[in-house]
Amino acid sequence: MSVLDSKIPSGALSTKWSSYKDHIRLVNPANKRNIDIIVVGTGLAGGSASASLAELGYNVHSFCFQDSPRRAHSIAAQGGINAAKNYQGDGDSVFRLFYDTIKGGDYRAREGNVYRLAEVSASIIDQCVAQGVPFAREYGGLLDNRSFGGSQVSRTFYAKGQTGQQLLLGAYSAMSRQIGKGKIKMHTRHEMLDLVIVDGKARGIIARNLVTGKLERFSAHAVVIASGGYGNVFYLSTNAMGSNVTAAWKIHKKGAFFANPCYTQIHPTCIPVSGDHQSKLTLMSESLRNDGRIWVPKNLEDSKAIREGRMKPTDIKDEDKDFFLERRYPAFGNLVPRDVASRAAKERCDAGYGVNATGEAVYLDFASAIERYGREKAKIAHNENASIEEIMELGTQVVKAKYGNLFQMYYKIVDQDPYKTPMMIYPAVHYTMGGIWVDYNLMTTITGCYATGEANFSDHGANRLGASALMQGLADGYFVLPYTIADYLADEIRTGKISTELPEFIQAEADVKAGIDRLMNIKGTKSVDYFHKRLGKIIWDKVGMSRDEEGLKWAINEVQKLREEFYNDLRIPGTVDSFNPELDKANRVCDFLELGELMAVDALNRTESCGGHFREESQTEEGEAKRNDKDFAYVAAWEYTGKPAEAILHKEQLVFEEIKLVERNYK
Amino acid sequence: MKLTLKIWRQNSATDKGQMVTYPIDGIEGDMSFLEMMDVLNEELIVKGEDPVAFDHDCREGICGMCSLFINGEAHGPDRAVTTCQLHMRKFNDGDTIYIEPWRAKAFPVIKDLVVDRGAFDRIMASGGFVSVNTSGNTVDANAIPISKIDADKAFEAATCIGCGACVATCVNASAMLYVAAKVSQLALLPQGKVEAKERVLNMVKTMDEEGFGNCTNTGACAVECPKEISLDNIARMNREYFKGMISAE
Repeated sequence: MSVLDSKIPSGALSTKWSSYKDHIRLVNPANKRNIDIIVVGTGLAGGSASASLAELGYNVHSFCFQDSPRRAHSIAAQGGINAAKNYQGDGDSVFRLFYDTIKGGDYRAREGNVYRLAEVSASIIDQCVAQGVPFAREYGGLLDNRSFGGSQVSRTFYAKGQTGQQLLLGAYSAMSRQIGKGKIKMHTRHEMLDLVIVDGKARGIIARNLVTGKLERFSAHAVVIASGGYGNVFYLSTNAMGSNVTAAWKIHKKGAFFANPCYTQIHPTCIPVSGDHQSKLTLMSESLRNDGRIWVPKNLEDSKAIREGRMKPTDIKDEDKDFFLERRYPAFGNLVPRDVASRAAKERCDAGYGVNATGEAVYLDFASAIERYGREKAKIAHNENASIEEIMELGTQVVKAKYGNLFQMYYKIVDQDPYKTPMMIYPAVHYTMGGIWVDYNLMTTITGCYATGEANFSDHGANRLGASALMQGLADGYFVLPYTIADYLADEIRTGKISTELPEFIQAEADVKAGIDRLMNIKGTKSVDYFHKRLGKIIWDKVGMSRDEEGLKWAINEVQKLREEFYNDLRIPGTVDSFNPELDKANRVCDFLELGELMAVDALNRTESCGGHFREESQTEEGEAKRNDKDFAYVAAWEYTGKPAEAILHKEQLVFEEIKLVERNYK
Repeated sequence: MKLTLKIWRQNSATDKGQMVTYPIDGIEGDMSFLEMMDVLNEELIVKGEDPVAFDHDCREGICGMCSLFINGEAHGPDRAVTTCQLHMRKFNDGDTIYIEPWRAKAFPVIKDLVVDRGAFDRIMASGGFVSVNTSGNTVDANAIPISKIDADKAFEAATCIGCGACVATCVNASAMLYVAAKVSQLALLPQGKVEAKERVLNMVKTMDEEGFGNCTNTGACAVECPKEISLDNIARMNREYFKGMISAE
């Protein structure tokens, strides 16, 4: 019998959430004033939770490591946010969004959670518009939509290529309002370094003030971890430089199970690596796949000529291009889900067809879209005899209006004009579906400790569909947690203020101090980045786009060795009690060094292929991922025991009542 | 390429600070400016010296955290980019590059090139929002059509990343462009109009209290803004402000 209880309410799928909400306990307004809640992270999940909980009347303490809550990395999300509004009348519904999300996740997510997500999605758009989020609109004044990978309807709301920015600034606005009222106490430049548990309940955190270096204690009646994903374990990813697993890993070490760490998303459309100096990768929004066609040359010779600079992509005729997504997946074409698109690009590059100097790039070409839009514009202008140059110019204007900022970003980084020559793209680590295990209430296996947004594991299964991360972050924070947390806090109305002088707080602070002193006292010869880059290389090579048993075992061993080297040869300049970014990094990388091992352990255990996790040993004759529902239709939740390789596996069997498990087919 | 870096070093807010010279070699055109700074810091750490502190996070021009004054220009010589998007191909072998923090009374230095921009957050908390609670019961998102022109203008204003380049650039260290961007965004949308008067009065009051200077219409802020926020927004804010002053309760 598993120790995991998902607490999915009984009853029909479509009524679970509404009837659950009708029956959970509430906290009356007068009592809310006496209850404190800590929220770690100010992205879409944390920012929306902080604002909503403060509006309800709770006292909220919010934490972020950046200098302002507005900087959280949700801000970088480009493409859009899904919602089952069916404004386009193209047959969308809550059920379809639910179905697409479960299927996109390769049948490794919980039905109950995903249905709730689809259900509240429409309210998110209403809420954001009410806050003044300037979504893209049509000339009639109504909201515009676009379509995204893995779906056959247009349900994605967007604000040019800056949707995450606009949604985050909306949440930041809502937070600002509560900060002004004193209902949120904002702690910027603070990093959570431990969770404090008193009598089995999460009661507070130890955080380091990154300006003064001082350790500070904060108490609360509940702690919410909304600290994002762990993609930076790969060193090179589309995450911000500071994005980290530390808050999530600290609660894992205190008893929160870590679920499906091997499910990481490699996004197909990123700007390829240019050299060893590279510090991060830049995403080109998936929305570009609406209009861009992905190809490599049909002939190996042409690829070679391009790599050696003897030929340009514009020299190649259409019939000599291999539009490999359109060829392999005619029904979805360039809009197949991310995992499928990424693997297909890797397959072509591994076969020698890659295009930039490194051989690790494919083309994303807008020429046909520019021509198509140009002809449409010319027709509207009654210019029947437009020359091809005029048509391309008209089409360029249309593409500029849709993706202008993305094209500009590409131009600035690569120094090539994507209106004139196809973009080069390659997959890069972008999102992590795995995360802290939570039940239907978003509570972790630690009583009173919650995890929301990318930090939890719950909604995306083994692969996340585009424009669903923003949806989940805001759903959790605006519309789910504010209800579910009350059910727990109803028992806390008599608790009163929790003292930070309790022995548990003193002990936790002493432990954190000891950990920091240990790092500072190594006084070795290598910088934090040196170790982080090596860790990233191990994980990318062996726990990246495809994994096999031999490689995973090797990776586990290598990470262990690297960790030992880290604790023997790390050099952190500066002092503990000052502004010291190198120490901040070391505090994060020491957790990545443990997480990396657990990712490999989880990937080794899961001998099937599913979603973002592709096991070489489990593929069809055509090279497609082969799932094994009989043995692996479960969530792998790992319990920390001191060493990641010895973590204890707990299985939560996934029960599918509405959806029949079938092979995921985008052909 | 080989470069000479002249970088502002300051240990703490109370330290006097000074420019320090660092020669650097092996810089490639494809590196971003911050990757060049990474190379320098890696060298300093290995030598046992104190690395240069600078703010950065997303490294793709959207979080607004990076903030360097390079050769006398906020975010350096390129237009419409943040420091993290500035590439070394914009410089030549043998160049001397001066790197300083944002300098403004309202942005005290924390260390080296890192400043405290908390004043921006405090301005936001005084009115940069629409007072609507999360309930799931707001009106349908399409209930109020908004002209595409207004929606687009609101969006353009809303692309401000709050980096502070406008303040650092302004001879008066004025925050008018930053405040105007938020005031404009919300004044252009029907949802924001309801509280428009109070918003602009409160935000401008806080801006003054935080020690930002006044606007003398030099327009430098809009030139250096990485998101090309237009001066029209300042005109719109002034109009909103006068409307608010005349007709406030």
